[in-house]
Amino acid sequence: MTSLVFFYLASVIILGGGLTVILSSNIIYAALGLMASLIGVAGIFILSFAPFLALVQILIYGGAIVIVIIFALMLTKLEDFRTLSDHKHWPIALIASLVTLGTIIAAAFYTPTNLVSRRGVDFDKIAHELFSQWAIPFEVASLVLLIALMGGVIMVRKTNSRDDK
Amino acid sequence: MIELTHFQILSGFLFAIGLYGVLARRNAILVLMSIELMLNAVNINLIGYSIFMNASESHRALGHVIIIFVITVAAAELALAIAIILRLYRNKSSINTDDINIMKW
Repeated sequence: MTSLVFFYLASVIILGGGLTVILSSNIIYAALGLMASLIGVAGIFILSFAPFLALVQILIYGGAIVIVIIFALMLTKLEDFRTLSDHKHWPIALIASLVTLGTIIAAAFYTPTNLVSRRGVDFDKIAHELFSQWAIPFEVASLVLLIALMGGVIMVRKTNSRDDK
Repeated sequence: MIELTHFQILSGFLFAIGLYGVLARRNAILVLMSIELMLNAVNINLIGYSIFMNASESHRALGHVIIIFVITVAAAELALAIAIILRLYRNKSSINTDDINIMKW
């Protein structure tokens, strides 16, 4: 029962942060709402007996990604979007997201599943799987990160070509 | 007690919120944030199935492994997307998604 209370607490933090991202008119508040939402997801990971994933979530999402987004906000001009306005076709977006929500919830209730009570996965087992069966995707992921790093540097570097202003 | 349905409904709500943000917001950085919300919704669903499914432990560890890959790819994607946005801002002085239509047919 205590875990259910913590689950609802984390859910309120996650959904509140998410609503701040999509409804706030101040983009700094939106970034902070994103941070709250991501840390709430780390709480969900702890409730799921996955402390390593919670640590990674806080380090990478709560630390790196939100900070990078705030850097991007500082490098673009804040005055341009001091007052954010939504797209004029936002009711269509609302309908699309509500239809998606209905589909997901219907699928969640009507899919037959073979469930047992909540239990975690051994940390040794995760490491064993990651470095034996999924070793090649793991190496490819490191290549993806390297290429993204190089691509980011090349894309934003100053060049002498004509199209650069 | 927590059940799988709780995870699925939370994940569905977060995914719908992210989808609305992607479709309705006009600032490119806010669209990026909404994409991160959608990726986290997927992670919640994966961890829910990983701890509730009646499967062998190596199969359930797969949920954790996929979450690690999703986080890695999200970090790479975010770095590239921020680079593209900064480049666009330098060239067009705007990151409003309505102004970015050079690839429109």
